[in-house]
Amino acid sequence: MLDIKKLSVAVEGKTILKDVDLQIGKGEVLVLFGPNGSGKTTLIKAIMGFGGYSVKRGQMLFRDKVINNFSIEEREHLGIGIMHQHPPKIRGVKLSQIAQFLCKNEKKIKDLARRLSLEEHLDRDINLGFSGGEMKRSELFQVLLQDPHLLLLDEPESGVDLENISIMGKVLNDYLARQDKSALIITHTGYILDYINAEKGCVMMEGEFWCEGNPKEIFESIKKSGYEKCKECQWQKKS
Amino acid sequence: MQGVPVAKEELIKNFNQKDMESIASSGMDLSESMRCASFLQQDNKVLLQRSLSDAVDILSTPQALKKFPRLKKYFGKSFKSLNRDYPKDTEGGYFIRVKKGRTVKLPIQACLFLKTKKFEQKVHNVIIVEEGARVYLITGCAASSVAHEGFHLGISEFFVQKGGYLNFTMVHSWREDVSVRPISIAMVEEGASFISNYVCLRPVREIIMYPTAVALGSGARVSFNSLILSHPSTLQDIGSRVIFKAKNAQAEIVARAVSLGGKVIARGHLKAEEQDVKAHLECRGLLLSKQGIIHAIPELETDFRDVDLSHEAAIGKISRDEIEYLCSRGFSQQEAQAIIIRGFMDIDILGLPQVLRKEIKELEDKTLKASL
Repeated sequence: MLDIKKLSVAVEGKTILKDVDLQIGKGEVLVLFGPNGSGKTTLIKAIMGFGGYSVKRGQMLFRDKVINNFSIEEREHLGIGIMHQHPPKIRGVKLSQIAQFLCKNEKKIKDLARRLSLEEHLDRDINLGFSGGEMKRSELFQVLLQDPHLLLLDEPESGVDLENISIMGKVLNDYLARQDKSALIITHTGYILDYINAEKGCVMMEGEFWCEGNPKEIFESIKKSGYEKCKECQWQKKS
Repeated sequence: MQGVPVAKEELIKNFNQKDMESIASSGMDLSESMRCASFLQQDNKVLLQRSLSDAVDILSTPQALKKFPRLKKYFGKSFKSLNRDYPKDTEGGYFIRVKKGRTVKLPIQACLFLKTKKFEQKVHNVIIVEEGARVYLITGCAASSVAHEGFHLGISEFFVQKGGYLNFTMVHSWREDVSVRPISIAMVEEGASFISNYVCLRPVREIIMYPTAVALGSGARVSFNSLILSHPSTLQDIGSRVIFKAKNAQAEIVARAVSLGGKVIARGHLKAEEQDVKAHLECRGLLLSKQGIIHAIPELETDFRDVDLSHEAAIGKISRDEIEYLCSRGFSQQEAQAIIIRGFMDIDILGLPQVLRKEIKELEDKTLKASL
């Protein structure tokens, strides 16, 4: 599905990702851990093709196509969907407007809005006056209506209370359970792991992948010892 | 002042297809199906004046001055009360009176149409909403495709009496070589509301206007809302002013301007001459071209401590984050830009009555589609 080879990415002239290799197969969910500033969001934004994230070296292949020079919307059309960590507020643009663009099935929109408790938000300006939890639910709502092959989720649960994490987790798990859907999920709190069935986890440190393993085990270890200990950890550094 | 109003069939014969489109683009509905009264003046000639409601008098101002002698005290009254002078060389304009206590559900419409090349249309309108009456008024100003170098001066005096409600929507649909000078004053009495919605999306050489509302009585409410699209090589110097002469009054001024290359001066002035006044002024501008200029000048003025006056102004270009966000949902860059601009020019910022909302929305969609 996604095959990243020796990818280096710079932001404002500073190299953030260094020769990163990453594969996510069809139906695979990869959970990405790492301290603040380690390059996790940069990776997701570079995959999506956002401006300001310039690829210095390497190749990104998605569904057998080199997407390095694809525009953001071309990547979306190919089947990459992103749940933004800090989505912008856009005045006068209603959530329902985006939803109707993404999905022609009015019933599907209504059902998903109901499951994510967003029915009353459909007629509101996107993210304007939304609480943290509402913003995350609206992001998940939109990206699931896009029905992408690969989901990029940047801290889906940050700033969300436990009740909402549970709602979102269930909806997300239902989606991923469909065999062909893949995901790359960044998490700090690890709460999302209680809801989704992820077999692979990775830690990113200073722009490189450090280790790979069972996401729950990695998370337990980080919880216990923090990222500082990662540097001395027993898992072999992935070369 | 010439002519007598003509029958509807005659009226429609008077216009070619382009004129009809231009008139319709200013919100005038010549079928009158969703209107309770209509007035149409072309250059200096009144072509239509008809009321379908016994609650509404509508006729040309000169005729009204003859027919209702007591109207004379209103003509120029608002200017005198502010010690301001006004041009006296006007011809025509409309007089509208909504009778005491009456609620009119369908809007009244008026259209001032420029037809002849280099014509100088100068009108004086008087609108009286009597005690407790409620009404919507939509005024369209438009120019024919051959009205090159035209000029329009429109004086409007609004009297919203005790407990009355006037929702006034003005749509300007001029052409790129027409200059326009509207001069308006609204006198808003105790417990009365004056809501002014202004839409100007088509090119115009120059508009200079600074309508003023005076809150005369306790509980008076004033709201000025404008949507302005500025085309290259044009000037729109547009403001809204509210003067508070009574306690416990409120006002809101909201303006949105998008410059495609023209100059917009967005003024706003809240002046509290009494205490216990609450008012807010908001101006947002979006610059889409390097040639464009937006100059926001908000002013707050008072001698009193017990007032709550505030303003916020923001001008900028479209943020890249917003464009990229929409692109990540599959919109092309151009589509994303158009959606953001249309969202920015959301007609919901206007205080439109439900009965006009859909019409104005369609009108805006059509004009923006053609302009962007």
